[in-house]
Amino acid sequence: MSAPEERTAQPLTGGRGGLVRMLALARPRGARFLLGVLLGAVATAAGVGLLSLAAWLIATAATHPPVTALSVAVVLTRALGVTRGVARYLERLVTHDAALRTLAEARDRVYARLAATEPVRRFRSGDLVSRLVSDTDATQDLLVRGLTPPLSALLVGGGVVALSTALLTEGGLLLLGGLLLAGLGVPLLAARLGRGPARRAAAARAELATRLVDTLHGAPDLLAYGAMDRARAQVGAADAALTRAARRDAAVLGFGAGATALIAGLTLWGSLLLGVAAVTRGDLAPIPLAVLVLTALAAFEIVAPLPAAAARLGAVRESGDRLFAVLDTPPATAPADPTPVPSHSADLRIRGLRAGYGDTEVLHGVDLDVPAGTHVAVVGPSGAGKSTLAAVLFRFMDATGEVRLGEADLLRRSPDAVRAAVSGVPQDPHVFDSTVRENLRLARPDATDPELRDVLDRVRLDLGLDERVGTHGHRLSGGMRRRLALARALLTDPALLVLDEPTAHLDPATRDVVLDDLLTAAAGRTTLLITHDPALLDRMDHVLRISDGRLQTPLSMTTARH
Amino acid sequence: MRPLDPRLLRTASAVRTHLLVAIGCGAALTGLILLQAWLVSRVIADATAGAGLEELALVIAAVAAVAVARAGLAYGSEAAALRSAAKAKSQLRMRLVEHTTRGRPRNAGELVTLATRGLDALDDYFARYLPQLVLAVLVPVAVLVVVAGADWISAVVIAVTLPLIPLFMALVGMHTQARTARQWSLLERLGGHFLDVVEGLPTLALFRRAKAEAALVRRVTDQHREATMGTLKVAFLSAFVLEVLATLAVALVAVEIGFRLLWGDLPLSTALFVLILAPEAYLPLREVGARFHASMEGVAAAEKVFAVLDSRDGGPDGTAPAPRGDIELDEVWVVHPERTALSGLSAVFPAGRTTVISGPSGAGKSTILNLLLRFTEPTAGRVTVGGVDLADVDAAAWRRTLAWVPQDPHLFDESLADNIRLGAPDATLDEVRRAAHRAELDEVIADLPEGLDTRLGERGTRLSSGQRRRVALARAFLRDAPVVLLDEPTAHLDPDNAAAVRRAVESLTEGRTAVIVTHDPAWTTPDRRTALSLTPAERTGRSPEMAR
Repeated sequence: MSAPEERTAQPLTGGRGGLVRMLALARPRGARFLLGVLLGAVATAAGVGLLSLAAWLIATAATHPPVTALSVAVVLTRALGVTRGVARYLERLVTHDAALRTLAEARDRVYARLAATEPVRRFRSGDLVSRLVSDTDATQDLLVRGLTPPLSALLVGGGVVALSTALLTEGGLLLLGGLLLAGLGVPLLAARLGRGPARRAAAARAELATRLVDTLHGAPDLLAYGAMDRARAQVGAADAALTRAARRDAAVLGFGAGATALIAGLTLWGSLLLGVAAVTRGDLAPIPLAVLVLTALAAFEIVAPLPAAAARLGAVRESGDRLFAVLDTPPATAPADPTPVPSHSADLRIRGLRAGYGDTEVLHGVDLDVPAGTHVAVVGPSGAGKSTLAAVLFRFMDATGEVRLGEADLLRRSPDAVRAAVSGVPQDPHVFDSTVRENLRLARPDATDPELRDVLDRVRLDLGLDERVGTHGHRLSGGMRRRLALARALLTDPALLVLDEPTAHLDPATRDVVLDDLLTAAAGRTTLLITHDPALLDRMDHVLRISDGRLQTPLSMTTARH
Repeated sequence: MRPLDPRLLRTASAVRTHLLVAIGCGAALTGLILLQAWLVSRVIADATAGAGLEELALVIAAVAAVAVARAGLAYGSEAAALRSAAKAKSQLRMRLVEHTTRGRPRNAGELVTLATRGLDALDDYFARYLPQLVLAVLVPVAVLVVVAGADWISAVVIAVTLPLIPLFMALVGMHTQARTARQWSLLERLGGHFLDVVEGLPTLALFRRAKAEAALVRRVTDQHREATMGTLKVAFLSAFVLEVLATLAVALVAVEIGFRLLWGDLPLSTALFVLILAPEAYLPLREVGARFHASMEGVAAAEKVFAVLDSRDGGPDGTAPAPRGDIELDEVWVVHPERTALSGLSAVFPAGRTTVISGPSGAGKSTILNLLLRFTEPTAGRVTVGGVDLADVDAAAWRRTLAWVPQDPHLFDESLADNIRLGAPDATLDEVRRAAHRAELDEVIADLPEGLDTRLGERGTRLSSGQRRRVALARAFLRDAPVVLLDEPTAHLDPDNAAAVRRAVESLTEGRTAVIVTHDPAWTTPDRRTALSLTPAERTGRSPEMAR
């Protein structure tokens, strides 16, 4: 718990925005996206073209020409009718496929980068991780909704404006203006107008959430002390404030819908006015007038998907910034000697250990000994550097000083080399959504079933190997998850066992039982227990207190095992 | 999933108002669409027939007026929809809070998410989907009626193709439903896998599996893509059917009126009128389909709210005033679906004395406190106080005679003084200070930057667990109730804290009916106490903590 939050959240993007870099991810799939853009343009053009063509067909028919004059238009009309549906269907498939392929690559990169990043800093909360995953998924959203539709709209819009200009210059210019306003001006302005309300709503919602958390989590206390009515009234007040803000801001948020309708309607009006004036002057024949006006009527279909895309853009940009902040983080460990550290019982000897994050040093020269086969506890308040110590021992990060396990200097060995001999239970050990067997064999893929059953016995866990544990192991109790995590660590038969807050977030009654069993299972193994919870310390061989990144005088020194 | 949940109409009055407004706006909008088509077709036809700008000026001006009216209506209905959405959300939220905070406490985390982010998804449902649903009903019918008046053959074409759209979509849907359902569940699993692996990265790294897992991530992501594409191929089919039918129908109408114009059966203005209206009949159907999916999240949230609102807890509450006297448990059983917490326990907690209940985890100690707090009701047997069955007593009135010190008291993000005042909101600062003193809080208060006025932060994170328990004791002192319930008052406290809590409890229980649940043997000795030792109702096997 030593890395300050701001450091994790700090965006590291230099100049180029996350949005542009997200789009750049799609470059290898450029051809597919181009095909998608073309298909989208064909679909939209078919829709608009159908009405323009029909206008021509009808206006021409009204002049009673021979039937053959219409036959091409008749065939074309039907063809356009089918083209639109088919092209739209294909466009959707092609762009989704390209976006999903890009997403797969983005996921690869995120995974590879995270694997090389020091997890204590990166994985402080599960919330952060799930947000990162949805940030990665925002790539797909951007590509499907934010890339193809505007480009298609640009193509078709250009074509429609060119057609109208050819018929009547001022009519084409009017349409150009209308499309630009409705497709670009209104969405961007609406997004800007929406920012204030979104901020106000977020503030009011946070207040409401706090009140709700207090009222629902504190329900037993409130009920027992007859204070529920007051708490409910407070929730009501927060809810009323949020509702008031939302109702006030509705006036702003309705802008987009109204403005688009106004622009479309006035463009239609303008092209009628200009067109009829041109006909009156004799500059325009009646048939092109019908085409011009009906094209203006249908053209706003082109820009219809853009407001939704613009509305999402802000959120997608934030996702991109967070995503690239992670992708730009340098690896937490420099290349080092990959010779595995021998995994036989040995003394752990730490001298002058200094470690930190960026410019912030968290451990200021720690000296610590864990003699082979003994149990040593390091206790101290949150933020004292306990978890950084664990991260160094697990080789999640580089550090200076000396950390020796027997003869091997762990700081000069590669992470995988160190982890051949050091294992344990990290903070909040992850239990994978799989079977008990799969979760255990992670540590040793060649372990046999009898070996797995044996290790489960040692941590006093009565589970079938084929039992599924659920997402985050939700089918197990908190204590069972820690037991499973320890069983996993014991399977690797490590020379040094590091237990980082193995009982965090357990309720008090379970805490002692679990820790007691963990220590029994670790008997005879060199073990470092890191905890802020001074319970069961009488079972330890040594207890050391850490604060402000330094070890203080030992709390107690018991020579004999309890 | 139904397009319009009747429970939504019943529950939130704002929804009924909103629906009326939406129908009104929809009807007006339909009228304007028809009017615009008529005006435009007239201008073109008259201009073709030789009318000049001056003769047509009025009609063209009317087109501008329609444009302004449509814009005003679009703006007004969206703003009104968002306003009703805010109100409907507020109504649902408050009903949810009302419902879940009466009776016994329940699981809070999910409810908080549901009441905030979950309900927010209803915005799309109200502002985008419902008005469009109204239009999807009104516009096609109105267009059909008007076109029938102008040109019955075109009306027949539209009348035949229009019902084909929902029909084909239903057929496509039925044919693919099982397949898509299977694929969505596969997708969910594959999507979850990436999150699972990323969250588990430190663990994977620790066991030197991160690199091996990278290949697996790649493989699963590829599977995910293939499965998604499989689903989309089918999911996009209904949109495909809709688009093809809608455009083809318009093309048919265009060709049909083209030929009839040619043969002189139809005036140009009517032909144009029909041509402009024909696509309008299909547009709302397309829109409503597109918006249906966007609003599903909100509908799902609303359904969850209804599921909570529909759940009942317990029977009606009693009405008798709070009794006093010995508390007696008479053959009490408490059976939960997964286990039996108490099996026929009989015990007496004499008035004015302290009873200490001890026993291992899972023996039912906390269940007894829950019974006395009326958070749990006996499955069989009864709890009496002074001979009165507790089930006949008004729960709120009974609780006014209780003070409770839970093992992990909830502290609110308010000042320390207000936290102590929980059960006595009108207590003066002096009274609060006295209660704090008796709960051994003096030193804690001295250490806080603003003393009793210090805000404690979310869930009282400023204080240690021993200090929090002493705040709960101060609440109990200030409550000054005849019955005191204490849950593991000294468990997991360091010696100094434990001694302070013990002194405070001694003084609190003096002269009151007290029940202390503990497995600390130090509580069981002194003379003014009776001891009650429990054994577990049923062994559940597995690890000890599984029994919880």
